[in-house]
Amino acid sequence: MSADAARGAKLAEPGRFRARLLTTILVAPAAIWYIVLLVLPLVIVVIFSFGTRAKNGGYAPAFVLDNYARALSKPDPFIDSLWMAAAGTIGCLLVGLPLAYFIATRATRRKGLLILLLVVPFWTSFLIRTYAWLLILGPGIGVGTLLGSLVGGGRVDLLGTPFAVLIGLVYGYLPLMVFPLYVTLERMDRTLIEASKDLGAGRWATFRQVTLPVALPGLVTGSILVFIPMMGEYVIPQLLGLGRTYLMGNALVTDFLDARNWPNGSARAVGLIVIMMVTISGYLWFVNRGRRTREVSIL
Amino acid sequence: MSATAVPATLPRVARPSTRRRADPFGSLIEVWFRVHTGAVYVFLYLPILVVVLFAFNDTQGVAARFEGFSIRWFEIALDDPVVMKSLTNSFIVAIPNAILATAFGTMAALGLQRVGKRVRLGFDALTYMSVIVPEIVIALATLVLFATSFDAIETLTGIKLKFGYPTIIAAHVLFNTSLVLLLVRARLSGMDRTLAEASEDLFATPWRTFRQITFPLLLPAIVAGFLLSFTFSFDDYVITTFVSGPGSSTLPLFIFGQVRRGVTPETNAVAAMILGFTLAMLLIGQAVLTWQARRAGRRGDTGMAAVVAET
Repeated sequence: MSADAARGAKLAEPGRFRARLLTTILVAPAAIWYIVLLVLPLVIVVIFSFGTRAKNGGYAPAFVLDNYARALSKPDPFIDSLWMAAAGTIGCLLVGLPLAYFIATRATRRKGLLILLLVVPFWTSFLIRTYAWLLILGPGIGVGTLLGSLVGGGRVDLLGTPFAVLIGLVYGYLPLMVFPLYVTLERMDRTLIEASKDLGAGRWATFRQVTLPVALPGLVTGSILVFIPMMGEYVIPQLLGLGRTYLMGNALVTDFLDARNWPNGSARAVGLIVIMMVTISGYLWFVNRGRRTREVSIL
Repeated sequence: MSATAVPATLPRVARPSTRRRADPFGSLIEVWFRVHTGAVYVFLYLPILVVVLFAFNDTQGVAARFEGFSIRWFEIALDDPVVMKSLTNSFIVAIPNAILATAFGTMAALGLQRVGKRVRLGFDALTYMSVIVPEIVIALATLVLFATSFDAIETLTGIKLKFGYPTIIAAHVLFNTSLVLLLVRARLSGMDRTLAEASEDLFATPWRTFRQITFPLLLPAIVAGFLLSFTFSFDDYVITTFVSGPGSSTLPLFIFGQVRRGVTPETNAVAAMILGFTLAMLLIGQAVLTWQARRAGRRGDTGMAAVVAET
C-alpha cells in the first residue's frame, strides 16, 4: 500500500486525477447498491418503527414508542427464536467439532475430498434440501414410524414440532460451522498435542487445555455465522414446523404482510438487528482482546 | 556421566511416549470419529438422495411410499406451463444478477485496493452487514423501500412502477456483490504482487498488467463468484418472494407453494432437475478452472471449492 501511495505521489496532477477517477468508477456501482438497497431500507425500517399503522395498512408518520412496547409485551417469538438459535448453534457444534477435527487430521488428499463433499450440498438449493425433510420425517419413509415402534407406542409425529425445526436448522447451517473450525484446527501445530501427552496430560486434559483453546477462534466465528441467520430463519419453521413453531421470521412476515402493520414489524426487525449487533460487538471484543490493532474482519 | 552418553540415552527415554502402545481406548475414539463422520455425511446427502429417488416414484398423486420406478413425472413437469414459466423467470433473474454482481464485486475489490483505510473500513462494514443481517430483515426492508418509493413516484409523476424482474434482480445483486467482493478480495490478498510490479517495471500499461497478470490470477475467484451468484439467485426463496410481482415468480416460489400443499412427485422431479443442473454447473466450473490452471502451468491450485471453503 505504501509503495502505491509513493508512486501515486510522484504522478503529475492529471495522472492523479485519472487515478482517482478510475478508483471512483471501480467502487461506485457497489457503493450505490449498498447505500440504496442496504442502508436506505434499514434506515426506513428504523424510522417506521416509531410510526403508526395507516388506516388501510402500511405506515403513517408519527413518533411513538407503542410498537416497541407492543413487541416487548409479546416477546414470545423473540424468546423462542433465541432458544431455537442457541439450541441450533449447540447442535452444530456437537456435530461439527468432531467432524472438523476428523477432517483436519486426515492426509491432504482425503482432506480435500471431505471438504469438497461438504461444499457440494452447501451449493445446492437450500429450499429443496429443507423440504426433503418433509419426506424423511413424514409418514412415508417413516423416521416417525420407526421411533414410534421403538418406544412401543404408535407413530411419533415429528413434523410440526420444534424438534423437526431443530433438525432443519442443524442440517442447513452445519457447513458454516465446520468451515471456520476446520481452518483453525488445520493450522494447529500437532506437536502441541504430543508435547501435552509427553508431559503426562490425559486425553481430556489435552483436549481441554490444548485443542479447545486453539480451536476457540474458529468456534466463535462458526457460532456467530450460524446463530445470527438462525435467529431470522423463516423457511425452516414454515416448512418443517408447519407454521406451528412461530419464530421471529414468521412474526415479521405476519406483521408486514398479513396484518400490514409496518411499524409493528419494523420494531421487531430493529430488535433482531440489535441482537445481531450485540452478538457481533461481543465477537469483535473477543477477537481484539489483548491486541493493539483493531480488526473488523468477520469471516 | 560423560557428555557423550547423553545423546545415547535421549532416544531411549523419548521412545515409550511416541510409540503406539496397545491403547484400546484410543482406537475406540478413532472408531467413534469415523462412525460420526460417516453418519454426518449420510445426514448431509440423505435428503438429496430422497428427493431424487421420489422424483422417480411411479404413483398417481401425492405419495408417501415408493411404489416403483418411472420417469413419468419428469415428462409431466416439463409439460407443465407453470413450471416452464417459473424456470424461464429464474433464468431471466439469475443471469443478469450474476453478470452485474460479478462485475460490481470484482470492480469494488480492485478499487478498494486503491482507497484510504477509512473508506475501506466503512465499505467492509457494509459488505459484512449485507451478508450477516438476516435475509428476512433485508427482504422485508427492501419490500418496504420499493413500495414506499413507488407510491411516492406515482404521486409525484403519475408513473406507476410495479414489482417484477428489475426489483428481484436489484435485491439479489446486493447480496451477491458482497459475495463476489469477498471471494475476489481473498484471492487478491493472497496474490503475489511482485508479478504485477515486474510487469509495470517492464513498461506494461496498467490495462495490460491487469489483462495479462491480475485478471488471470483472479479468474478462479471470479468464476466461483459468478457461479455462486447465479446459484444463490436461482435458489433464493426469501428475498424473491417479497419483491416479486405477478408473473415474475421463480422456481423456488413454485416449489415452496407446491410443498406446502403436500410434496408431489412432480415437485420432486422439478427439484431433481434443479439439483442436477446445479451440480453440473459446479462440475463445469471446476473443470474450467482446472484446465485454466494447467494451461498456466500452475500446480496446487485446487480450484473453486477451495476458493469457496477458504473464504
